[in-house]
Amino acid sequence: MGSSNGQPAVVVEGLHKSFGDLEVLKGVSLTAHEGDVVSMIGASGSGKSTFLRCINFLEMPTQGRIQVTGEDISLKTGHDGNLHPTDRRQLERIRTRLGMVFQSFNLWPHLNVLENVIEAPVHVLKVPKAEAIERAEALLQKVGLYEKRNQYPAFLSGGQQQRAAIARALAMNPKVMLFDEPTSALDPELVGEVLKVIRDLALEGRTMILVTHEMKFARDVSSHVIYLHKGLIEEEGPPSQVFGSPKSDRCKQFVSGIH
Amino acid sequence: MDFSWFPKYLPMIIEGIGLTLALLVISIFIGFLLAVPIGLVQVTGPRWLKWMASGFCTVIRGTPLLVQLWLLYYGLGSFFPQIPGIRDSFMWPVLREGFFYAALAFTLSFAGYEGAIMKGAFLSVPKGELEAARAFGMSPWTVLRRIWLPRAFRIVLPTLGGETILQLKATPLAATVTVIELYGASYQIRQDTYRVYEPLLMVAVIYLALTYCITRLFNFIERQVPQRR
Repeated sequence: MGSSNGQPAVVVEGLHKSFGDLEVLKGVSLTAHEGDVVSMIGASGSGKSTFLRCINFLEMPTQGRIQVTGEDISLKTGHDGNLHPTDRRQLERIRTRLGMVFQSFNLWPHLNVLENVIEAPVHVLKVPKAEAIERAEALLQKVGLYEKRNQYPAFLSGGQQQRAAIARALAMNPKVMLFDEPTSALDPELVGEVLKVIRDLALEGRTMILVTHEMKFARDVSSHVIYLHKGLIEEEGPPSQVFGSPKSDRCKQFVSGIH
Repeated sequence: MDFSWFPKYLPMIIEGIGLTLALLVISIFIGFLLAVPIGLVQVTGPRWLKWMASGFCTVIRGTPLLVQLWLLYYGLGSFFPQIPGIRDSFMWPVLREGFFYAALAFTLSFAGYEGAIMKGAFLSVPKGELEAARAFGMSPWTVLRRIWLPRAFRIVLPTLGGETILQLKATPLAATVTVIELYGASYQIRQDTYRVYEPLLMVAVIYLALTYCITRLFNFIERQVPQRR
């Protein structure tokens, strides 16, 4: 898939997800190789966020197979009809390789910015604190928040909180970054600063899966774009195809708003 | 007004303050330690534990503390001596004292009230913050220890001061099971001197001073904790 020829970092096959009687995902597959930037676009309710949240099992899928950096996550069907990881330690290990950035930031408000960034490296990866702080300060420098490192999240703007959240995810040194509508909760004038950080990561060759409503941005940074409609992939391919000459009329209509 | 008895009874009053504070600190500290799991299992535990914990809170909060104290003191207190060998055990000096039953009743009471409050606190931590913790590979125990509990604790902290003051003012019940704490001391003075108002006024002022200290203490603790806007 895409232009890169790296190893597959994330492979999802035939993912289904139902909430009660409502089937949100009806068999969605995705492969992201190392260095790929895969964007998922689609109307609200098309299932793109749910798909992303299934990759690290914040939602339990109903059917499907998920492989992260070559490791299959072993699953079994639970009483609720959903698949559940059988091995908690494997799940936790795999989650450390997936850096998640949320729409609503989800920083921990009782910790300051620096503490937010070192929290998981110190308490999950058991990185020595001094080393974690050194790394965190470099990351905060990179996202332009070094001066705010001792502030608490409540005293930051939305854009600053999201950049801190990106630094927090990067601090785990993940193989893949997952972005769940990272700019949807931001005031319009703050979107740019967050997109710039994400763009820099794409240019560095980071593997990313990005759920977004920012079409122009998706077109610019992606190596592969997936247009999701009602739980199914309606169109996918390089951005030039999905945005330039989509085969599906629905996709054509959806992307026609930009340019 | 006649306070001429005061110097004579000062040692008893000081000892009474000590016992009052001991009952308060023991019941708040152990009671809160119990309240954490009692609150937690009501949010995430298996159904039978949930049921037991909420049943405990309902019974504690639905019955007068005086009744609980007497049930323990007269019920448990008369059951213990029937256990063979207990009078020779190292526990007996503790088990035969009213103080033990008062401390037990107050601890369970605080655990019941705070357990219900902790349940609400655990529930009011935004789900996204816990999801973020899990998404970075934290085990359930690490999520609880590093994120969920510290967040829940900060949520209850402002109410905890008020609960502690209520608990302080429940401690005179211990006088009904032979513990000469602060109120018990004033009762003793009244018995000895036939003075009704002066001892009561004195303890009222002391309780007021203790309440003031507790308020200041909790304000201080709250200032140490970063506030959320």
